[in-house]
Formats: sequence, structure tokens, C-alpha cells
Amino acid sequence: MSSSARLKVTGRGIPLPGDDIDTDRIIPARYLREITFEALGKYAFQDERFDQAGKARPHPLNDPRYKGGTVLLVGRNFGCGSSREHAPQSLMRMGIEAFIGESFAEIFSGNCTALGLPAARVSHEDGRAIVGLVEADPGAVITVDLDAQSISVAGRRFGFTMPDADRRSLLTGEWDTTSVLLARKDAIAVTAGKIPYVSGWNA
Amino acid sequence: MGRSLLDKVWDLHKVGKLPSGQDQLFIGLHLIHEVTSPQAFQALEDRGLKVLYPGRTFATVDHIVPTNDRRRPFADEQAEAMMQAIERNTKAHGIRFFGLGSEEQGIVHIIGPELGLTQPGMTIACGDSHTSTHGALGSLAFGIGTSQIRDILATQTLALTRPKVRRIEVSGTLAAGVSSKDLVIRIIADLGVNGGIGFAYEYAGSAIHGLPMEARLTLCNMSIEAGARAGYVNPDETTFAYLKGKKFAPQGADFDKALVYWKGIASDADARYDDVFRLDGTSIEPMVAWGINPGQAVGVSSRLPKVSDAKPEERETLRKAYEHTGFEENRPLKGLAVDVAFVGSCTNGRISDFREAARVLKGRKVSPGVTALAVPGSRSVARQAEAEGLAEIFKAAGFQWRDAGCSMCLAMNPDKLVDRQVCASTSNRNFIGRQGSPRGRTLLMSPAMVAAAACAGEVVDVRQGAV
Repeated sequence: MSSSARLKVTGRGIPLPGDDIDTDRIIPARYLREITFEALGKYAFQDERFDQAGKARPHPLNDPRYKGGTVLLVGRNFGCGSSREHAPQSLMRMGIEAFIGESFAEIFSGNCTALGLPAARVSHEDGRAIVGLVEADPGAVITVDLDAQSISVAGRRFGFTMPDADRRSLLTGEWDTTSVLLARKDAIAVTAGKIPYVSGWNA
Repeated sequence: MGRSLLDKVWDLHKVGKLPSGQDQLFIGLHLIHEVTSPQAFQALEDRGLKVLYPGRTFATVDHIVPTNDRRRPFADEQAEAMMQAIERNTKAHGIRFFGLGSEEQGIVHIIGPELGLTQPGMTIACGDSHTSTHGALGSLAFGIGTSQIRDILATQTLALTRPKVRRIEVSGTLAAGVSSKDLVIRIIADLGVNGGIGFAYEYAGSAIHGLPMEARLTLCNMSIEAGARAGYVNPDETTFAYLKGKKFAPQGADFDKALVYWKGIASDADARYDDVFRLDGTSIEPMVAWGINPGQAVGVSSRLPKVSDAKPEERETLRKAYEHTGFEENRPLKGLAVDVAFVGSCTNGRISDFREAARVLKGRKVSPGVTALAVPGSRSVARQAEAEGLAEIFKAAGFQWRDAGCSMCLAMNPDKLVDRQVCASTSNRNFIGRQGSPRGRTLLMSPAMVAAAACAGEVVDVRQGAV
């Protein structure tokens, strides 16, 4: 089974202000008690989007202007905290296809790639500019072009960065790594044989 | 130019280079728990794949386990389903499982070291960000997502990018009443919660190598809170003495062979580092992370920061912290009232943590109105604490003495904050909602500081005995 190439993501943006937004805010731990990821789309940012009585609070993900958006515009160190893949899973399952932000926590970013979701890094200034363009026109279409490594929105173009390996995996469609890794089964056994504690202290 | 431990461990475990440019790395020890593994087993089965090296994966249950009533079926049907899934998956795939009835059950990052599964020079992964803990023994250990758990189950390898290494050199020694929890909170406050992105942290210097093993585990545990996916301490005599005789550690002649490997895997004296950060260990005082991330922390004798004094890039999160906590800017940290006290978690749920807290609690009482929980990190810690009379000290002081699990660290089980409660906690994250109430507040501190706060009903300096 192989994954498909992700050359570009096109869609409207959702500005989500704030730095250091952690995975407990993205998906509160009580929703991790489900043994599948299937239902998680309902719960992303649950405690920020709804009060304890279940009433909607002002939040970008409740804002009708941004309904149907697929590109989440975030700040610095987005996704810090837990390794829970439930965080990008819940966002993906609510319709998010790409992230644009100043920086991402490492495990979160790796989890995004493993799901085929690009996490594009932009400068603080460019991030603000993109948010400004989307706020001015929530209907504006954003294109994240992985090949050209550019973001275009409302007639403007911005560059972005991303770890090379993530970008290459997305472009080649090898972001679902299991089959790539398993193809080297013989080499795995050779390496294992050289590691003293694996080979029984006889290597 | 010499090589760091990371260089040596990485090169030894490298299977090859992948088309993406990443390295394929063999994972020597894979630890799993009930929350992040069922989806990975499902993915494996969907593809008709088997576990390639079942003997290199070990399983336990911790996150969802109730700490006051372990009877099955659990009252929480979802928790029960999750428990059944790991029982089924480990059995079907031949994986060693320290289940609910096992005397070895406990928090995954507590039992790995205490059983001697965690050893120097290993690569270790677990679907939990606090896997960095295991680096305390000189292993390279990191948290992974569920897709990567699937990769390890199927191939015993991961696709990874080699991190840079930042050496964190702490000179001198820690003062009396100051623990490695205070040290790591100070490091996070100094370098920032995102300062470690792309790095592994190598902790070194006299203050680090003077720490006993359990204190090193606490230190490495919170590397991830600094943004560093891995943190490690080079193995030394403390490490070797700790491992000797542990159940899964090499025995007899194998131990001597292992020693050769372990000694050789430590960083060379002239190793190259991508960055070096130096800290004077004697300058550290008890720390409290008061805000909404572990980097928003101050020394116990300080005041909470003014937003206007903060670096521009930190102001937004700081404003959010005040909005959430309701604390006043510039107020003294001491005197903040607490409603709940929690001693436990993968950060501070080891026997030495309970000894530290018990020393403060002996002959004292928890302040009226404070709910206090002591939750051993493993069954083994619980047995030891009971045998030493520590459990009695906690109970006499007014703490509830519970059974092993993650408990109030992350609110996936019945132990949760209620509404606006403020919790003095030995856990690792003060994120909004982390302890189960979206409006609750968490003050992270050492076990001794939590014990002191429990008795005073407010934040106090444990060194002043003002309880």
C-alpha cells in the first residue's frame, strides 16, 4: 500500500491566532479514550469552541466566514506537547489539509507528514500578511505549492520552508513510510546483527 | 574531532538512507501503552502485516487506569474497550504485557528503567512524548506518533532526521532543597518551550553527574517541554550501579560485556556540539511553572512577570496565561492559594520522589480544604513506599494513597480537577485543560514543594520550613 503524492493544497484559510498552542488544547485528552481516530473530527479545539454547557463560543473554527476552510493559519510552536497523533488526525478529519505557521513542534510536524498534511513555515511578517489577506477576504483561495515551495493568496506570493525530508516525502508520495521501510527487511536484519544488545552481546 | 553519544548510537543503529533523505534507524526497545497503540495494530492488520520483532516491544497500561478502583470491567466503557484492545493485541502478536494484574504494571516511563529494559546505547521509542525520560540512562529515546508505532511494529525501524545536539552544561551542585525538577524547569524557562526544536539535549557537567539516577529521569523527562524530542545523560558509574541486578538488565558475564559497550557509547571528551548552553547549578532555586506552559516559570522568591517586561514574542502567550489563570501580574509567587496537591506522574512518581515529599509531610497535616493525591508511578514503587512506611506518612498527613497510573497528570481517568481549582502538581504540563477541567489551573513544582504547598494551602518555599 502506498500513499499518493501531495503536490499542492488549494483552499480557503482559517486564521487561528496564538503561539504555543499545545496538543491538549487541540484535542483534550478525554477524547483520546476512543480506540479509533474516526470520530475525532468533531472534537478538535472542543474546549475552546464550546463552553461547558455546549454553547458555541467565539472561535475561528465556529466563525461562518471561515466555514469550509482547509488551510489553518497558525503562529509559533504550534502543536507543542504530547505526541498524540490524535491532534493532526482530528484537524484532518474536520477538513484541514495544510498548515501555515511560523514554527511547529517537532513530533506534531512529523505526525502531519505521516498523514500527508504539509506544515509550511513562514516568517513572522509573512504569516501576519497572509492572515491579513484572509481576514480582509475570507473567500480568498490559498495555494500551497510544494514543488515551487510557494504560497499564493489574493495575488501575492510568499516563500515557505519545510524540512527537506518532509517535502520530498510529500512530493514523492512516500509519506506513508511503512512500505518504504519494510522494503529493506534484509538490511534491517544486517543492522540488528551488529548491535551488541540485539545480537545477545556477541556482536 | 570526537563523536557525541548521539552520533555513536545513531550510526550504529542506522540501516541506511531513505529516498526522502532521512535515515532508517533500528529501534532497540519499543514501549507501548493502551492509548496510542490500538490504531497502529489496526493499521497493521488492515495491511496484512505482522510484528517483525515481537520480542523488542513491551506493553503496559497507565493512562486510563483508575487509581482508586481497578475492578473490571471499568466503570468507563471507553477505558474498558481500550484495556481490552491492548490485551487482545499483545496476545495476538506475542508481545510481553505488564497488564493490570501484573506486579510490574506502571507508567511506561517508570517501569522501563526500573525493570532494566532501558539501557545505555539503546534506541528507544514509545507513542508518548515523555519517552525522552529514558535518555537518563544514556539511551537515545523519543516520543512518536501512531503512524510511527505502526512503522516500528511492522519493521522495527523509523524514518528519522538526525537531530542537532545541544550540550547543556550545569556546573557546581544543586543547593539543598533544590531538585532536578527545579533544574529542568529553569532550563525550559531560560531556553524557551520551543528552544529545543530540532535538537537533542545532552545534559552534562558536575551538577548533572552528581544527580542520582531517578533525578536524572525527571530531568530528561521534561526535555520535550523544552521542545527537544530527546534528552540524555552520558552513562557513568551511577548508571551502571543502577542497572546491576535489574530484571531485564544483562546478567553475569553479559553484564561485563554490556559495560564495555556502555562505556564506549558515551560522548568523547572532544565531541562536536551544535550548541552549548551553560548554567550555574548553584544559582537555581525551587521553581514553579505558574502559567499555561512549563516555560512560564519563576523562582519561588520571585514575582510573576509583567507582560510589559517580557520579550515581544512572548507577550501574547503571557497575556493568554493571565487571562486563563486570573493571577495578577507582578504578584509574589508565594502565597498563591492551592486547592489540590498531586504527587505522581512519569516525571515525579518514583520512590525518591515519595521520600522527598514524605520528609516534608512527616508530622504535618494537609491544609483543610486541600484535596491531596499521592499516586505511585508503578506497582513496584507502591510496594516499596508501603514497605518503607511512606504510604503511612502520606495517609496520616491527609493524602489519599492510590494505585499506580498516570492519574491527574492528564485527565484520561477519573482523577481530574474541577472547575477553577488550582493544583500544585509534580507533573509535567500546565497546559490549559490538561488536568481535566478546561478552567482549571496547574502549578508545576517538585515533590517537596508540592508537599509544602499541600500543608500550607498556598505556595511556600520548602527551604524555609514555613508550613
